[in-house]
Amino acid sequence: MSDTYEIDDREATEPEVLTLPLDVWHRARGGRMVEFAGYWMPVQYEGIIAEHLWTRESAGLFDVSHMGQIVLSGEGLDAAVEAVLPIDLATLKLGQQRYSLLLDEQGGILDDLMVQRWPNDLYMVVNGAMKWDDIGHLREELPDEITLNHLDEHALLALQGPKAAAALERHVTGHYPLSALTFMRFGTFEIAGYPVTISRSGYTGEDGFEISLPGEGAEAIADLLCGEPEVKPIGLGARGSLRLEAGLPLYGHDLSPETSPVEAGLTFGINKRRKGIVEEGGGGFPGAERILAELANGAPRQWVGLSLEGRQAAREGAAVFVGNEQVGTVTSGGFSPSLERPIAAAYVTSAHAPPGTALEIDVRGKRLTATVTALPFVPHRYHR
Amino acid sequence: MPRYFSEDHEWIEVEGDTGTVGITDYAQGQLGDITFVELPEAGATVKKGDAPCVVDSVKAASDVYAPVSGTVTESNAALEGEPELVNSDPETGGWLFRLTLSDPAELDGLMDQAAYDEFVAGL
Repeated sequence: MSDTYEIDDREATEPEVLTLPLDVWHRARGGRMVEFAGYWMPVQYEGIIAEHLWTRESAGLFDVSHMGQIVLSGEGLDAAVEAVLPIDLATLKLGQQRYSLLLDEQGGILDDLMVQRWPNDLYMVVNGAMKWDDIGHLREELPDEITLNHLDEHALLALQGPKAAAALERHVTGHYPLSALTFMRFGTFEIAGYPVTISRSGYTGEDGFEISLPGEGAEAIADLLCGEPEVKPIGLGARGSLRLEAGLPLYGHDLSPETSPVEAGLTFGINKRRKGIVEEGGGGFPGAERILAELANGAPRQWVGLSLEGRQAAREGAAVFVGNEQVGTVTSGGFSPSLERPIAAAYVTSAHAPPGTALEIDVRGKRLTATVTALPFVPHRYHR
Repeated sequence: MPRYFSEDHEWIEVEGDTGTVGITDYAQGQLGDITFVELPEAGATVKKGDAPCVVDSVKAASDVYAPVSGTVTESNAALEGEPELVNSDPETGGWLFRLTLSDPAELDGLMDQAAYDEFVAGL
C-alpha cells in the first residue's frame, strides 16, 4: 500500500519543516500532522468526511497560519500596486476586501490573493507555498518608496459554516457589531483581549470569517472558539474537498504560470477599469496584452467542473478525452462528501467547455464517464 | 490459519494454497475515509509487488500490492456498495481479494503478527 497525499513537489522539497503557533494545540487535539507548504499542518482530526459535513452544517475552525500576511505602505502606494495587480484601488474603500492576482509578463498566474484597504496601508493574504516568491516579486517590482512588512508573527484562523457567525459573535468586541460585516468586508475587533482583524470571507463556499491575530493569542482564541458547541477544528483534507465543491481553484494545482485568469474563469479578479482602454486607466498590469485579447476573443481552453459517473475519483493529472482526442487535463479531483459522488475540475478546450458536454477521463487505463458541470458544485451561501 | 503481513501494510491469510488479502487496521487509519475500491477480476494473474487493487480515499488513490504471486479467484463484492467496510472492518469483512498462490515460498519474506506489530510501533 502506498499513501500519496496531494502535496506539491515544490512544497515537499522545502529544506526544513517549520512549526506554526498552533502546532502543539493541533497535536493535543489529535490532529494528524503532515508537511504542507514547508510547515507541519493538520490534515485531519476525526476524519475528512465528518469534518467536511460538520463545516457545511455547523462551523469549522481552520488554521491557515501558513499563508503569507503582508502589509504594504508608502508614498504613491495605490499607483505602485496597480502596476503589479489588475485591481482598481480607486474603488476599494476602507473596510473592503477584494480578490486579485499576481501575474507575470505573459499573463500567467504567479499567485492569487486577497487585498484589504487599511486606513494608511494595503494588507494582502497570499498562498503559503508561494509567499517567499511573492515577497521577492513584490520587492523587485515595487518602487523603493513602498515598504513591505511581512507579518510573520501573526496567525490566521478561518471560522467557516452556517453557525460561524453565532459562535464568533459571543467572543468579539469592537466599535461596531460583528453583524455589520457582510461578505468581503472586514473590521478590527478584540477577542480575549487580543487585537484582531476579521473579514467575512473564506474558502469553503459557506458564510464565515477569516481572523488575523497575533501568534501569541492563537491558542487562547482557538480554545475559546472550539469551546463553542457549534465549532470543531477542521484539517487541510476537508479544506480541500470543501473548496472543490465550492468551485474555488487552488494555486499550484488549478492555477499556475501556465494558466491565465481568463482560462481559469477568474476575470472578476481583473477590475472593470483595468479591462478598458489605456486612456481611461485600462491595461497597465503585467500580461495585459494577452489578457485583454483573451477577454475580447475568448481563451483557447477553460477551467470547468466535471461530474463523474460511478464511485471512482479522477485525480490531478488525469487526461480528459472525447473519443481518441485528448481535450484536457484534470487539475483537482476527489470524492465530494456533500454530494456523495466524485467530482473534478479540469482545463478543457473551449469547444468542450459548455455545461452538459459529455467527456471521458482516463484513470489508470480505464475510461470514466464525466459531464461538464457549472461551478460551484455546491451553491455558495455567502452573507451578502 | 496463519496470517502474514507486508511492510506495505497488506495482510494475507493462507489456507492450503489459497490466500485472502486485505489492508491492515493501521493502513486504513492512515488512508482515512475510503470511498471506492477498484478490485481485480477473477482469473487475473498477479506477481508479488504488482498493484492489482486501488483504494480511493477522499484525498488520494493508493495502490494495494500483491504480497505474493498467484491467480485471483475472487474479489470482495460487498465493497462495491460499501467501500467503507475497509475502514470499519479492515482485517475481516473488509478483505479485498483471494488468490491461488503460485509460489508459497514467497510467504517466507513476510512478517507474522508480532513482527508486524513491532514494525508499526517503530513507525
